[in-house]
Amino acid sequence: MVDKPHLDEEALAELRDVMEDEFDVLIETYLSDSADRINTLHRALVAEDNEMFTKSIHSFKGSSINIGAPLLGELCLRAECAGRNGHLDEAGQVLDRIESEFRTVSDLFQRLLNA
Amino acid sequence: MDEPLTEQAPLTILIADDSDTDRLILGKLISRQGHQVVGAVDGQDAIEKFEQHQPHMVLLDVMMPRLDGMAAAREIKRLAGERLVPIIFLTSISDAKTLASCLESGGDDFMSKPYNRVILEAKVKAFNRMRLMHRTLSEQRDLISERNRQLLSEQQVAKRVFDNVAHSGCLDSPNLRYHASPLSLFNGDVLFACPRPAGGMHILIGDFTGHGLPAAIGAMPVAEIFYGMTSKGFGCGDVLREINQKLKRILPTGMFCCAVFIQADFHLNQLRVWNGGLPDAYLQRHSGERLVLPSSHLPLGVLSTERFAADVDVIRTEPGDALFVATDGLIEAEAPNGQMFGEERLVTALDDHRGSEAIFQSVLNAARVFAGDRELQDDFTVFCLEMVDEEALDQLPDRLLPSALTGPSDWQCDYELNDTTLGKFNPLPLLLHICMEVPGLRRRAGEVYTLLSELYTNGLEHGILKLPSAWKNSPEGFGQYYAERERRMAAIEGHHLRFSLSHRPSADGGCLTIRCRDSGEGFDYQHLMAKRPDDHQYAGRGIMLLRQLSTSLRFLGKGNEVEVVYDWQYG
Repeated sequence: MVDKPHLDEEALAELRDVMEDEFDVLIETYLSDSADRINTLHRALVAEDNEMFTKSIHSFKGSSINIGAPLLGELCLRAECAGRNGHLDEAGQVLDRIESEFRTVSDLFQRLLNA
Repeated sequence: MDEPLTEQAPLTILIADDSDTDRLILGKLISRQGHQVVGAVDGQDAIEKFEQHQPHMVLLDVMMPRLDGMAAAREIKRLAGERLVPIIFLTSISDAKTLASCLESGGDDFMSKPYNRVILEAKVKAFNRMRLMHRTLSEQRDLISERNRQLLSEQQVAKRVFDNVAHSGCLDSPNLRYHASPLSLFNGDVLFACPRPAGGMHILIGDFTGHGLPAAIGAMPVAEIFYGMTSKGFGCGDVLREINQKLKRILPTGMFCCAVFIQADFHLNQLRVWNGGLPDAYLQRHSGERLVLPSSHLPLGVLSTERFAADVDVIRTEPGDALFVATDGLIEAEAPNGQMFGEERLVTALDDHRGSEAIFQSVLNAARVFAGDRELQDDFTVFCLEMVDEEALDQLPDRLLPSALTGPSDWQCDYELNDTTLGKFNPLPLLLHICMEVPGLRRRAGEVYTLLSELYTNGLEHGILKLPSAWKNSPEGFGQYYAERERRMAAIEGHHLRFSLSHRPSADGGCLTIRCRDSGEGFDYQHLMAKRPDDHQYAGRGIMLLRQLSTSLRFLGKGNEVEVVYDWQYG
């Protein structure tokens, strides 16, 4: 799984083509939404709210795949599976990796936006 | 909301996804295809936006807060009612069970993340085609059901008009039984019965080819002719010829009317039956004997007037004999297994039953039992006539409208028929018509017709054709009599029959004098007049009847001239 790239260049090129001048808005929306989601996921873990965690990570997974961040999507899938199976400990460990991957993706996107 | 009529027209598409990113991407993909986008952030929002914007298509995320996609799909489908609003689920789920339950909740398809714009565009187009096709079908279905409703209501109106022309006549006579479906007219079936002016009745059971309006439309002129001519005193041959000619002229090739025509004479106790194309008719005698009357003519409306034959079977009957006729719908009635009722079962149902009521019930019961669970298809007409004593039918409805009290009341006329015309032409309707012009006399049409017809029959059959009336006293002789009558009619030469009619008004009515002189040899009327009135030998009845109806009856000359005087009062 580690062979998945941080960003899918091909998908991003297509997105840029589709979104035209709204591409920047899309990326910014994704970044702020995702930061919110990570906070929500932490709260769910603390509250041991399995359902909230699963739903939230599921959405995060979907938008990450759509935005062209396949590795983040893959990590979300792992966390979702763990959450579904009730393994919140494992889900918590994966969440740490998700946070770190998100930081990487954020940097890459920021660079893309500033370019 | 305006419905886009073509595949190219822009659609309004609802996108429900709780992820802003996904909604942005999808919204952009859709709007770039030229459609209008309405966004919703969860299932509940989707339902509200659906009601508000009435979109043509819905893209639904499966997992959403507040209300998930499946619950929203169920509600949206309910709100859409008969409209097809395609729902495409947006999902990154790939387990079969979840995908299946998406479809069960009302979804029509899936789109998986990440979205592929080529596939998305193809799906939107495909579902729009399906949506338009569904709408076309719904509209056509509504149109068809509206047309059908219209057709039925038109049929009701047509039926009312038809009933005014083809009223039930004397179908409610106590000796008649019939079954006809309420809208039998539109199965092409007709059933008419009309009293004749001099007693007795005409009955026509007809079955037009085809169904619906084309089958019904021919029934109108048939009814007009049937009732009009019968009331004026025309015999079955004349009525049949006229109907045939009319139908031949108005119906397109391939359309015709299978029919049985019955002229029932209760006074002479005889039946004349013409069967053109209907199944066998049956005369079930009260003795148990059964006479089959198969079709021996082509249906009405097929042959040109020159080739049409109106010759009938003349059958001597007795009170209690019953004549049974049904259209082919009875024989073709189907049992649950598809088997047909058939003639054999019909004949079995007739067996061992006497009288029209018993026969009628037996046949209908047999048909119903045969049809079993399968509802008896009501597209046939069943008719049964029982021969009765004339007195039993005194109450035949009088359909003649009273005429205005203006017209000739003091007149006299002579009318003479010669040779070939004698053999071919029945002068009675014409003579009756002349008499009916007298104000007030129309109410006595029956009696006047009887006088005319008895004098005519006497002069023609006995005076000119010299048919011995004694023949009619035995069943064998009866047949011989009519066969011989026909033969001699064709060979009349050097003969004439002369009617002299005169009418004088009186204070409260009038006096009609009818003389009928034939060119025959006359007969010994002294001997006949000496007979007692209650001597009810068959052939004597004509004279007896004349005596009863008239003020005076005289034989003149050598017995070849008869005069009756008929005094009448306004009644």
